[in-house]
Amino acid sequence: MTEKEESVKLLGFWASPFSRRVEMALKLKGVPYEYLEEDLPNKTPLLLELNPLHKKVPVLVHNDKILLESHLILEYIDQIWKKNPILPQDPYEKAMARFWAKFIDEQILTLGFRSLVKAEKGREVAIEETREMLMFLEKEVTGKDFFGGKTIGFLDMIAGSMIPFCLARLWEGMGIDMIPGEKFPELNRWIKTLEEVEAVRGCIPPRDKQIERMTKIAETIRSA
Amino acid sequence: MAEKEEDVKLLGFWASPFTRRVEMALKLKGVPYEYLEQDIVNKSPLLLQINPVYKKVPVLVHKGNILSESHVILEYIDQIWKNNPILPQDPYEKAMALFWAKFVDEQVGPVAFMSVAKAEKGVEVAIKEAQELFMFLEKEVTGKDFFGGKTIGFLDLVAGSMIPFCLARGWEGMGIDMIPEEKFPELNRWIKNLKEIEIVRECIPPREEQIEHMKKVVERIKSA
Repeated sequence: MTEKEESVKLLGFWASPFSRRVEMALKLKGVPYEYLEEDLPNKTPLLLELNPLHKKVPVLVHNDKILLESHLILEYIDQIWKKNPILPQDPYEKAMARFWAKFIDEQILTLGFRSLVKAEKGREVAIEETREMLMFLEKEVTGKDFFGGKTIGFLDMIAGSMIPFCLARLWEGMGIDMIPGEKFPELNRWIKTLEEVEAVRGCIPPRDKQIERMTKIAETIRSA
Repeated sequence: MAEKEEDVKLLGFWASPFTRRVEMALKLKGVPYEYLEQDIVNKSPLLLQINPVYKKVPVLVHKGNILSESHVILEYIDQIWKNNPILPQDPYEKAMALFWAKFVDEQVGPVAFMSVAKAEKGVEVAIKEAQELFMFLEKEVTGKDFFGGKTIGFLDLVAGSMIPFCLARGWEGMGIDMIPEEKFPELNRWIKNLKEIEIVRECIPPREEQIEHMKKVVERIKSA
């Protein structure tokens, strides 16, 4: 098989879980790519040209095709590069992976970030509400090495980039132990297992730098 | 293999665009289904049990598989029932269809309705901002019978159920002409094309009742 002239570029941001998960997928599948770091909030002309609608990262450029939205990018990557598949073949299993991915980026992110920081009904209530949602994930990963089963998949990348390697840094900065081992044994086990995967390890934002950044963002939200 | 009606159940709400689009897909593919109208204010024990995460409609039950979230349901339907496909095969084309569908539900819907109803910066500003978003859709459908090309597809079902057969009834009740023909000739042409399809027509909520319903929704938004 001849090597095609493939060009893959990823516009990303070091602290963005949406960007990091795409890197995990590319690394897992051994896809060579050129990474272009965006100096947010000073968006480059390239970003504004490639994503005029949302002006956000990540943006994947594959040859002449421009892909936006991390979930869509991951699904696209999975269809183009067949090695180490990340989505299940079974339609129902695939639907469930998509469902939980949406849940994480919408519910967990909202409750575990914005709502928690604002704590309109008080900090304890906000923590409880976040934990209630995390319980659904605790159940989902019970008895499995990864959400994807024996190997990491779509949902592991989404949950991994968002929870232990992004939100957890916020929680740490706020002095909150959101997912204690005694309440969430399965999620904690999953996090340990995840940290051992090479494709993941290379995509974890530096801890202290990210705690600092998340704490700053929390301040901005609080004073808004 | 002949499907029995009992194999497929759809829990829905008559005024919900998310429900209606699922019905369009099932009808398009000739899938027999049992429809269970839900009271979304006084939610049934069945709904709470079957969708404990969101407690919302639509929910599709197919041979014991429970699916929620309309985009996830539509993709599932397209994979199980292969006739009259609604998503493109090409990975890039598919990603684009899903991208625009997300745009319709996450940007257009809230901006073109909620923001207009709240009119925090005044109705004229709200309308202008909404029309900027509609311009993206106007471009997308230019030169095509449908977003899906020659036949209706995923994006037609999502945008059709949301825009002409839901939001437009809200605008009417507010006395707003959001997408006038002279500004949006392509979108207006698309709406006419949609209305000529029988299975779409069968899934349009009754106009007067929906205008009333949307007026109530506007009231709720204003007083929130």
